[in-house]
Amino acid sequence: MIAGRSRKARILGSIGLYGAVAAYVIFALFPLFWTLKISVTPQSLLYSEGITLWPSSATWENYKTVLQATDFPRYFLNSVIVSVITAVLVTIIASAAGYAMSRFSFRGKTTVAVTLLLTQTFPLVMVIPPIYRIMGELGLTNSLTGLIIIYTAFNIAFATFLMQSFFDGIPKDLEEAAMIDGCSRSQALRRVIIPLTLPGMGATLGFVFTAAWSELLFALMLISSDSQKTFAVGLLTFIGKFAVDWGQMMAASVLALIPACLFFGFLQRYLVTGLTAGAVKG
Amino acid sequence: MTMQSTAAVPQHSDGRGGKRRFSVAFEPWFYLSPALVLLLVVLVVPLIFGVSYSFRKFSAFKSEYVGLGQYQALLHDANLGQALMNTLWWTVASLVLQFFLGLGLALLLDRPFFGKKVVQAIVFLPWAVPSFLSGLTWAWLFNPIVGPLPHWLVALGLKSEPTNILSDPATAMWGPIIANVWFGVPFFAITLLAALKSIPSELHEAAAIDGANPWQRFVKVTLPFLAPTIAITVMLRTIWIATFADLIYVMTEGGPAGSTNTVATYIYVSAFKTLDKGYASAVAVLLLALLILYAIVLIRIRRSLVRYS
Amino acid sequence: MASVTITNVQKNYGAMNVLSAVDLSIADGEFVVLVGPSGCGKSTLLRMIAGLEEISAGEIRIGERVVNDVAPKDRDIAMVFQSYALYPHMDVASNMGFSLMLRKTAKELVLDRVGAAAKRLGLDVLLQRLPRQLSGGQRQRVAMGRAIVRDPQVFLFDEPLSNLDAKLRVHMRTEIKALHQQLKTTSVYVTHDQVEAMTMADRIVVMHDGVIQQVGTPLELYDHPANLFVAGFIGSPGMNFLPAVVNRMGANVGAQLTDGQTIAIDPGLPVEDGERITIGIRPENIEVGGTDTLKARIEVIEPLGLSTQFYTKLADLQVCIYAMGRTDRKPGDTMGIGIKASDVHVFNPATGQRIEPKA
Repeated sequence: MIAGRSRKARILGSIGLYGAVAAYVIFALFPLFWTLKISVTPQSLLYSEGITLWPSSATWENYKTVLQATDFPRYFLNSVIVSVITAVLVTIIASAAGYAMSRFSFRGKTTVAVTLLLTQTFPLVMVIPPIYRIMGELGLTNSLTGLIIIYTAFNIAFATFLMQSFFDGIPKDLEEAAMIDGCSRSQALRRVIIPLTLPGMGATLGFVFTAAWSELLFALMLISSDSQKTFAVGLLTFIGKFAVDWGQMMAASVLALIPACLFFGFLQRYLVTGLTAGAVKG
Repeated sequence: MTMQSTAAVPQHSDGRGGKRRFSVAFEPWFYLSPALVLLLVVLVVPLIFGVSYSFRKFSAFKSEYVGLGQYQALLHDANLGQALMNTLWWTVASLVLQFFLGLGLALLLDRPFFGKKVVQAIVFLPWAVPSFLSGLTWAWLFNPIVGPLPHWLVALGLKSEPTNILSDPATAMWGPIIANVWFGVPFFAITLLAALKSIPSELHEAAAIDGANPWQRFVKVTLPFLAPTIAITVMLRTIWIATFADLIYVMTEGGPAGSTNTVATYIYVSAFKTLDKGYASAVAVLLLALLILYAIVLIRIRRSLVRYS
Repeated sequence: MASVTITNVQKNYGAMNVLSAVDLSIADGEFVVLVGPSGCGKSTLLRMIAGLEEISAGEIRIGERVVNDVAPKDRDIAMVFQSYALYPHMDVASNMGFSLMLRKTAKELVLDRVGAAAKRLGLDVLLQRLPRQLSGGQRQRVAMGRAIVRDPQVFLFDEPLSNLDAKLRVHMRTEIKALHQQLKTTSVYVTHDQVEAMTMADRIVVMHDGVIQQVGTPLELYDHPANLFVAGFIGSPGMNFLPAVVNRMGANVGAQLTDGQTIAIDPGLPVEDGERITIGIRPENIEVGGTDTLKARIEVIEPLGLSTQFYTKLADLQVCIYAMGRTDRKPGDTMGIGIKASDVHVFNPATGQRIEPKA
């Protein structure tokens, strides 16, 4: 801080600072708060108290109905299956690729890096028509496997950059020391490099999980049977069918938010690394 | 002294040495291959197919080569014209709001204040919310039955009755734009914050000692440092927003009366709902060409911006 | 323990030649220091001995075995890195015992060896700590300990002290030397600091631009530098160099400076009358007062207490003089100085090589 401002200016400055901070906090939280609020509002009070800040009596009824009387638990499970498998696959594949990009210099490396970057930037809507057809011909529409393949491919480039930045953070000296100490390259990888990259792999896992959890368009396009729907698709069709049951919809939304928020808490400290490494991920 | 001069010794390029060198050249490709194969099969091959589709016409059971027929059809498509204008409006409005709010947030978070860690976690939270949920949440907030926003707009005198702005073609686009801003501000804030942190504090101190006031320090020190990051972030973000269809699809499905239809949702809807993948592909190629053009222009601008460094 | 023999070793990165035809024999139990400015190839040579860099041409032997194609892990060497390269996720004991554990040494034996090495280095109370909980000096010791525990054929040191502060560096220097005197393991030590080289080495290898300039004991290098580079690199403050012309006057030979003053040089040197030479004089070999045949003007005086350093102008060039004791002279004074003919080093200015008396 640079000294020399008057007391008055400083007080005004900090009022402005805290005011602005409060505005951002309210902007960020309000929509989430509102979803939560409607989800605990009893059906009977919805029309009379729909727009008050908090209902006069709160209820868990909507959550109970969603969990017991709808298909949401299955959608939730499908989403978990797709997201977890995608995240694990991507992390393994991207770790290998990131290791190669970080630790080897080889002919064609720049080309690989540029290609990865390009696949990161090119619009996915480009491939919607062909993928729809190709998946249809392979019989992978209406299956979680198809989704997992697509999500894995779409997240590889970003995850590779992320893993590369984590590997780059491990000094080469450590690997060399291990090799002099008696490790083969694969032993050095297993005993020194991988233990040190575990936090990075955790972060990658989380980022990819979140991305797969959020994906809507491909899931909507490829999945039509109820048993294979992911949460995003389920929620949207739910709206189509029972457009009036606000409480249940928002209860389901809050449930869908939970995994994302859990990962967010864990991933917070990697946000800066992650986004600068990938630079484009939503 | 041991500086002997010795005749050249035979080199060990045979046997083990040769094998070792070969494996060194092969090893990185071994690690890269799963990633590259996946990208090739799921992204590059469909991309090539996509381009080739744009020269064909698809109907229920067959497809035929029509040359540039689909592209000629593009020229006469009034919906596409509207979608292009909508895309421009959607992209520019979202980008400008995201950028300035994001820059403001980054500048705030670059200062010390009480409770900063918690605040940072909260204001970045929208980034973690799945985009379909962001869309749904905002759609509900705009709904006069369960959402407060229409009523607040009436109270502020901006509207005469609490109706849903999403169902009015004149205002519908604001819904997805606001949801997009909410969802995208953290991204800009995080990226710009990382860039701000990389500015050495000595520079600000030196500028202050040289007599620069806070505004001059911002313009003369901070902005030039951020310029390269800003240029690249804005470029990537533009491409991303222009092709981002989730929010609009969830909130309005392009309606009412096509008023929120962007090129991305148009491609999606025509690929998904009509049988002619050829036409959708032609639109996609057009979008790609426009985006490449845009990227080239921006890279030129960036080059002139960072010439001094 | 083993000798290290380097025969005609070269290193190229594409067209770039980093090391050209290096020959060097290091005897069993010897402590050899590779010294030179950064980029001279000393670290590359060390890493080639370690097996971390491929050898473009030539041969390296450890003992009788050619190791060109032997992986680092099978060379039976230990290395101390500049960054120490301690495994951040292992405690001190595991760091030190890692190499033995990889060799499937019995657990008790590992504990014994680690314990003994830790005791010797004063690390015995830190064995359960992680590297990040240690000070810089302690980390350096752990890196040393990790090397000692191995009981390898050869120790390799890559600028191991350059991350320490000045005081600790001097201390560790002595400690490493003492350790070598106990263990007598062949050691190759890379540094850019000639003082480190002088104080620690049995023999010093001076390198420049990928070429060995001279190999010898510290005092051989100090007293008989083979060329201008070695003469300038070894010794602090550095040797003074002055261009001169040979002036033969009967049995005496003088080097005439550009301002006409003459310094006597060894008459046995094979130099012709009128030949251009470069003479080198160490600061401590210039006597203040002396025979007063030469005059130098004082520009700056640096009192160091025990001694005094004068920066003077002689024949328009800066000449440093290192004298014991103190002085009451002032900057701007002109003083007489004396130089013994036997203390003047003579070099060929074109080739940079030292000119030696004929045998």
